[in-house]
Amino acid sequence: MTTYLLKRLAIAFATLVLASIVVFAVLEILPGDPARLMLGMNASTDQVELLRNQMGLNAPLVLRYLHWAGGLLSLDFGRSYTYSVPVIDLVRERLAVSLPLALIALALSTVIAIPVGLFSASRRGRAGDTISMGAAQLGVAVPNFWFALMLIYVFAVWLRLVPAGGFPGWGAGAWPALKSLLLPAVALALPQAAILARVTRSALIEVLNEDYIRTARAKGLPYRAVLWRHALRNAMIPVLTILGLQFAFLLAGTIIIENVFYLPGLGRLVFQAITQRDLIVVESVVMLLVAAVIAVNLLVDLSYAAVDPRLRGRR
Amino acid sequence: MSLLEIENLSLDIGDMPILKDVELSVAPGEIMGLVGESGSGKSMTALTVMRLLPHAARATGRVAFDGIDILSASEDQMCALRGDDIGMVFQEPMTALNPVKTIGEQVAEGIRWHTKATRAQAEERARKMLDRVGLPSAKFPLSRYPHELSGGQRQRVVIAIACALKPKLLIADEPTTALDVVLQAQILDLLRDLVTENRMGLLLISHDLAVVTEMADRITILRHGEVMEAGDTARTLSAQLHPYTRQLAQASMHVPARPKTHLAGAAKPLLEVEGATRDYSGRRTSLFKRAPDIRAVDDVSLSIAPGQSVALVGRSGCGKSTLARMILALDRPTSGTIRFRGETVTGKSEAHLKPARRDMQVVFQDPYGSFDPRQKVEKLVAEPLHVLDKNPTRAERRERVAQALHEVGLGPRDLDKYPHEFSGGQRQRLSIARAIITRPKLVVADEPVSALDVSIRAQILDLFAELNQKLGIAYLFITHDLTVARAITDEVLVMHEGKIVERGKTSEVLDHPQSEAAQALVTAAPDLHRAMARRMQEQG
Repeated sequence: MTTYLLKRLAIAFATLVLASIVVFAVLEILPGDPARLMLGMNASTDQVELLRNQMGLNAPLVLRYLHWAGGLLSLDFGRSYTYSVPVIDLVRERLAVSLPLALIALALSTVIAIPVGLFSASRRGRAGDTISMGAAQLGVAVPNFWFALMLIYVFAVWLRLVPAGGFPGWGAGAWPALKSLLLPAVALALPQAAILARVTRSALIEVLNEDYIRTARAKGLPYRAVLWRHALRNAMIPVLTILGLQFAFLLAGTIIIENVFYLPGLGRLVFQAITQRDLIVVESVVMLLVAAVIAVNLLVDLSYAAVDPRLRGRR
Repeated sequence: MSLLEIENLSLDIGDMPILKDVELSVAPGEIMGLVGESGSGKSMTALTVMRLLPHAARATGRVAFDGIDILSASEDQMCALRGDDIGMVFQEPMTALNPVKTIGEQVAEGIRWHTKATRAQAEERARKMLDRVGLPSAKFPLSRYPHELSGGQRQRVVIAIACALKPKLLIADEPTTALDVVLQAQILDLLRDLVTENRMGLLLISHDLAVVTEMADRITILRHGEVMEAGDTARTLSAQLHPYTRQLAQASMHVPARPKTHLAGAAKPLLEVEGATRDYSGRRTSLFKRAPDIRAVDDVSLSIAPGQSVALVGRSGCGKSTLARMILALDRPTSGTIRFRGETVTGKSEAHLKPARRDMQVVFQDPYGSFDPRQKVEKLVAEPLHVLDKNPTRAERRERVAQALHEVGLGPRDLDKYPHEFSGGQRQRLSIARAIITRPKLVVADEPVSALDVSIRAQILDLFAELNQKLGIAYLFITHDLTVARAITDEVLVMHEGKIVERGKTSEVLDHPQSEAAQALVTAAPDLHRAMARRMQEQG
């Protein structure tokens, strides 16, 4: 088990280093001079050169990489060119919106998808299965911003239960903040739940054809007990894989939903930073997302081992 | 009074009739053998008794267990019966256990479910049961997972699950088919003991007439879902009143005609293996330590003459298949040399191996798994032709495939069919056609008939014999089945823990085994003649 753990950790770290090199290199190759951008078109070459020296942009490539990577490790991401504040403050502020949003959406999607998948698999080919899988198909097909608009129409405009958009900040109290995250979370969760439900169903159906399910039935366990005790855990591996991928998506891929709901999240920050050529912010956020994805994958790998003893190796 | 009574049982799945007017009974303490070839409805009969049939199945007739009408019982009643009064053991021990639960959990689960015992009590009973089936606590604690056990050990766990609550009836569906003969004998002994201990009724399902004859008091012979003959084992098999019974018995003992035999020494050897050894590196126990290497094949030397047929016999895991892979140059020996037609094949590049590959082909055990289901026969059988020096034209290729099909008893019309359109026996003919299409000098056959029914098996053995006689192909048969070795080989090599422990003329070695390993194999191997003689004595 420790070997498995150490191996995974080593792989995760190596991936992180590799990713940082790629991110650094890509932004290095891209055209556009941040110093020139900050000073505007009218600045003289001398001024630009001065600022370049100040910003350390003229140092050798390797040195600049090491400086940047070292900064990342000590959570010093540098200063944003456009906002002139430390990047870490920007990120922290945005993460306070994006992380809870992603977590709520993930929890919602799991809570919806797994029971639906179980229900569908146990009623394979019957009406209940057809209806719930039809709904899931719809969930996969319909874009989430449309969902979002419908949710706003029903719950904010018509029922007036939650705000239609914006984020009051956690300073305004937990409940108002959560309330404003609720609709976006649902809009994000539904399509994810639809995918997850389909994966759960097909994984379960495959497992239900296994010989050990018959063994469990021959023990005298009713179908329902067999489903919960024997089938579900074995079907978890593909479900966990998809969950890991979804979390990464929910953290970073929420630009559209953040725009629909006017949420100051990470997605919008990256979007703005890219249009303003605020490279240091882009670099930092991308690295942060890479780290998050790697961490989630590590967690998923570890949970495989928790689910399946065959992956733990000899104790 | 009978424990299980089946009367006029008919079963349809969708529109397919599976069983027709089946009659069968099992008394307490009795072993009833249910014999038939694949597709005869044996397993469906068992699943009917358990009421674990597929959804589309419709059963009519009467199935009574201990006074309970099974066909009209409620699902709750059935759940109460299953695992408590009726236990069931399945064919494939490798997949019959849940991989994510410990063996303790799996044995204790049924006990807890039926008796409402506490976890500790149930685990104690599970422990006793595992001890009883030969898995002592020192080596097999309850916390073991299935993947840490071998096939034979897993089958013991499955038996422990089925017998944990001392059922009145045990249904064993091909319980030993996936095991080697020595393990088979052990498992059959265990089942027999459990029957006498608890006066349990046993419905033993098998395609192997010898196994059933050794075990069963009475037998029922099933064919195409109908009972052909039923009665006391000895009388039924000795009288062989029904033509199908006779056919089965004859097929089980079939020995193909091979007038020419070949013995080594005369000509220059076709294949020579000298001191072949294969080590696998041990498992990593921690980051810096590895378990010592595992020696799968240990200093093996052998030679095969042109046209000679040699059997390599041994228990599962003895290194037979590793040796075969090295001979086929699919794996490299750690040390030692392998020469084919006088040329060393070890360590050669794939390009240099081409001539050797042409003259050396292989037939695998599983006729279902060894073909790509999406390709046509013409392409599948023509596969080895890429080792020829010159690629044949399309017409030539078709011609050669047709010829190979003809040689294995298939027709030119089969060229454009897909594998699923063939039966198991026909598919094995296809694998043989694929093996002989390059006109090889040596065919390595890894358990080529063990997945086949007895009558098909007899035909395939005949085919092997015919090709040996007609084309002079030498064989290396890898098998744990001594009847195959006896039927078709001139010489036998007995392998045990990576070493060849005995070798000689097949009949001599099998009649008078000298080494312990060979003796164990011979005693454990079910033999229809021997079993019938014993039955005749017992049953008069």
